[in-house]
Amino acid sequence: MEKEVRGADKITLAHGDGGELTHKLISGLILKHLQYEPLQALSDAALLPPPVGRIAVTTDSFVVKPLFFPGGNIGTLAVNGTINDLAVSGAKPLYLTLGLILEEGLSYDTLEKVISAVALAAQEAGVAIVAGDTKVVEHGHGDQIYINTTGIGVVEDNIDLGPHKVKPGDAIIISGPVGDHGLTVLAARENFGLQGLKSDCAALHKVILPFLKTLGPAVKWLRDPTRGGLATTLKELATSAQVNIYVNEEDIPIRQEVQGAAEILGLDPLYLANEGKFCAVVEKSAVDQALLFLRQYPLSKEAALIGEVREGSGHVYLRTSLGATRELYYLTGLQLPRIC
Amino acid sequence: MEVCGTHTVALGRSGLRELLEDCLDLRSGPGCPVCVTAAEDIDYMILLARQPDVFVATFGDMLKVPGSYGSLEQSKAEGARIHVCYSPREAVELAKSYPDKIVIFLGIGFETTVPLVALALKEAMAAGLKNFVVYSAHKLVPPALSLLATDPELGLDGFILPGHVSAILGRQAFAFLAEKHHLPAAIAGFEPLDILGALMELILLILNGEPQVLNSYPRVVTEEGNLKAQEILQEVFYPCPANWRGLGSIPDSGLKLKKRYQDFDAQKRYPLEVKPSPPPPGCRCGDILKGLTLPTECPLFARRCTPATPVGPCMVSSEGSCAAYFRYSRRI
Repeated sequence: MEKEVRGADKITLAHGDGGELTHKLISGLILKHLQYEPLQALSDAALLPPPVGRIAVTTDSFVVKPLFFPGGNIGTLAVNGTINDLAVSGAKPLYLTLGLILEEGLSYDTLEKVISAVALAAQEAGVAIVAGDTKVVEHGHGDQIYINTTGIGVVEDNIDLGPHKVKPGDAIIISGPVGDHGLTVLAARENFGLQGLKSDCAALHKVILPFLKTLGPAVKWLRDPTRGGLATTLKELATSAQVNIYVNEEDIPIRQEVQGAAEILGLDPLYLANEGKFCAVVEKSAVDQALLFLRQYPLSKEAALIGEVREGSGHVYLRTSLGATRELYYLTGLQLPRIC
Repeated sequence: MEVCGTHTVALGRSGLRELLEDCLDLRSGPGCPVCVTAAEDIDYMILLARQPDVFVATFGDMLKVPGSYGSLEQSKAEGARIHVCYSPREAVELAKSYPDKIVIFLGIGFETTVPLVALALKEAMAAGLKNFVVYSAHKLVPPALSLLATDPELGLDGFILPGHVSAILGRQAFAFLAEKHHLPAAIAGFEPLDILGALMELILLILNGEPQVLNSYPRVVTEEGNLKAQEILQEVFYPCPANWRGLGSIPDSGLKLKKRYQDFDAQKRYPLEVKPSPPPPGCRCGDILKGLTLPTECPLFARRCTPATPVGPCMVSSEGSCAAYFRYSRRI
């Protein structure tokens, strides 16, 4: 895009003040990549046909640093993360909104890369971006780009997922190896120079929705273990469903690279974020069918049975590879790499 | 007794500590360099952070450690420039990037970490940096082991020796435990099977009354250790007395910068006076570091003292005994 059309190499406060530069930014960059009819209309609200079923709404904000990391960027994260929140609620994702808070001085090229990544992710996922907003804050009052999204989806009437469905005897499945995203982003942020790490950032609805259709009521609960990792997600489940959960260390898939890097740094992959995985509680009798089904899909080809639900009051226990049992708690404070 | 924070964590995380509870009394010793840093050293570091035109570069674990007048984290919130490093060389880069600031690197660590600090100092000297100083609160492990080996109250039967420190010093640096103190010991790695294997060998030595120091981690540790690392350490530092939290002053257990590197000594640049103050009431960190008390026996443990609200350093550092017990071994 020519400089005179876009106005600058960097985003300035003028790009956010509603004037000529704002319009140039929207038409020249945002609408260039996001070619959705409601957005192109540039009205104050998108008018959408009512879906059949219950409407699912989720909101999320993305502040990841660095903006670009192996396996993804803030743009792909914004799209896929929002879609996944809808998918694990049993919803087919339909629409997204995109709110941008840009820091004065952000490079135009960086912004274009992010928007283009958003466009590609949305297109691959089959969702429409129907509304958006752009603000610019003074240098030092933001952090390059913050993104806020709202995701809208529709849940078919026969889907009923939640902690209330989870009962002692149920089985716990994870869709693939854990810890990839959290470790990759940390390593990229701190420039550790570790090779072989890649975020698992991916949209999961194209696996989850057929999974729900095929397994039906045998699937009781779904969650994507993002912040806080698998351990935190299981602890949240145990607390809300008022059950105890037992998981087996040897059965939890963790990639060798992630295990190795985590060990060097003194981090625990069970507490590191995932952005392309989901955890499911299924009827025990449906486990084999569930695993067979999931393993057909590339995104869940390493799906594994990792544990079970028992009577209890909100505790999560890990059976270690040595055969000991220890409790998993919420993390207190940030995980920091160790000294020696 | 194990004397390495990584072992403390590994014993808890693998569940080994609990599995062996009925037959082995496993004590965690002073294995965490953050935890054994004396209160007055932490207070001095906080004073350093408050000096004008100063950047403090430190390992992350030091941020939350409570001194007598707050923590580095609190100083940061009050405006002190504190930069978390993953390697001492980052501090040198910081000094190069900010020539009008004095960058003070807080030197905490045992023999595993010190050679890296020494390398950073050599780099600073080669670059002719005038704005880089190190506060050396480094500690040496063998003198502390001597003290623990002869403590009548403790009555140890043997040591699990730290795998990483041993990688630097070599098995021969610990031979004195058997020769002088008639105490068996085994150097262990960090996988659960490494520790189990070392424990098995150690127990046999104890049962047979054979004071020997075994290298049960031969894939990493050699007899002489890492001679290059030892050389670099000795080029820059020399031993001096040091005050260990819980253990008191131990001769030749700390490190000072040699004369050639004196311009990089933070204490010479900032001869600040620290007022001594009593330890927080109820805190048993001192006894815990010596292995006399288990973390779970401290009245504050998991009540007033938690990783989110720590009273003493053992709960703050991710490899401190209390933090490790809180996370993995609360039922002991």
